[in-house]
Amino acid sequence: VSRYFVLGGFLLLMGVFAVVLSKMGSGEYNPRDIPTEFIGKTAPEINVPDLYNPEEMVTTISMRGRVWLFNIWGTWCPECWREHEYLNQLAKSGVPIVGLNWRDERQEAQAMINRLGNPFISIGYDPDSQVAINWGVYGAPETFLINEQGQIVAKHAGGITPKVWQKKFKKYFEKSASESSSNQQNEVKS
Amino acid sequence: MQFKTLQSLCLALLIASPFMVQAKFEIQPFATPEQEDDYKQLIGELRCLVCQNQNLADSNAELAQDMRKQVAKQLRKGSKPDEIVAYMVNRYGDFVMYRPPFKATTMLLWLGPLVFFIVAAGVIASFMRKQKTEDIDLSEQQTDKAHSLLDDD
Repeated sequence: VSRYFVLGGFLLLMGVFAVVLSKMGSGEYNPRDIPTEFIGKTAPEINVPDLYNPEEMVTTISMRGRVWLFNIWGTWCPECWREHEYLNQLAKSGVPIVGLNWRDERQEAQAMINRLGNPFISIGYDPDSQVAINWGVYGAPETFLINEQGQIVAKHAGGITPKVWQKKFKKYFEKSASESSSNQQNEVKS
Repeated sequence: MQFKTLQSLCLALLIASPFMVQAKFEIQPFATPEQEDDYKQLIGELRCLVCQNQNLADSNAELAQDMRKQVAKQLRKGSKPDEIVAYMVNRYGDFVMYRPPFKATTMLLWLGPLVFFIVAAGVIASFMRKQKTEDIDLSEQQTDKAHSLLDDD
């Protein structure tokens, strides 16, 4: 009987191993992915100096009523360089993205944008993690999706790829587009 | 003689080494010794998120440095230690606590090792029971044969 017990235990462990491995393979489970406590909560206010103009402040109050992305990046983060071209594409297709440059030198950060293009509406400059910690960021790149009510709806730790976009973010923009168009129709009717 | 000097030098370095490590970290000035105590306790309780099993007090990772600064800043503003822990937990989840709280979602974390231990002890016990040699009754003839075989060499 105990032989079956041991065999059962072994198979159970094998099963757990296989499931975790397959989830990791499909990118669903990342052991370094700390689940954010922020989903559904109101996004923290941002009030941070602009990357290009230290006297100007980047705030996101004007983003109320829109669905938008908040992308945290740094020149020291290889994945940020990798995802940048796709962010450019998203911006071109009309997705509003606010950037936060994290733990960088101004000049270096500006040089990266000048070289790769600027997908951001505006870029905050956060050399000492003030904003990053306030948003629960622990690595770069990280991307948050904020809805019309200013709540965080989704978050992705790691580079944005077409696959991640399809799976995590796209649906919210489709919804917002259809809703706003139906709102417009209502306005026209009334 | 020279060896002895070397020896005492090594000993001195060994004794001093913990202080040398600490000297690497930035110094946070506080208005009161209570704040300083709270600070020391908090950086011991909060986890360095980008490290393997280190708290903020142990790590010199960049994020850990900035989180220490954040903790110090909030203390200076007059926040209570539990408020600061709550601030971090609201943002980073229970993971940010070096000793996660005991609750439904962390049950496996706390009881998992115990369960493993009990299962392993059970398995080992059942193996050991099986391996116990059985007493066999031998006839006199068999005993003699055994003795002669054993004494053969």
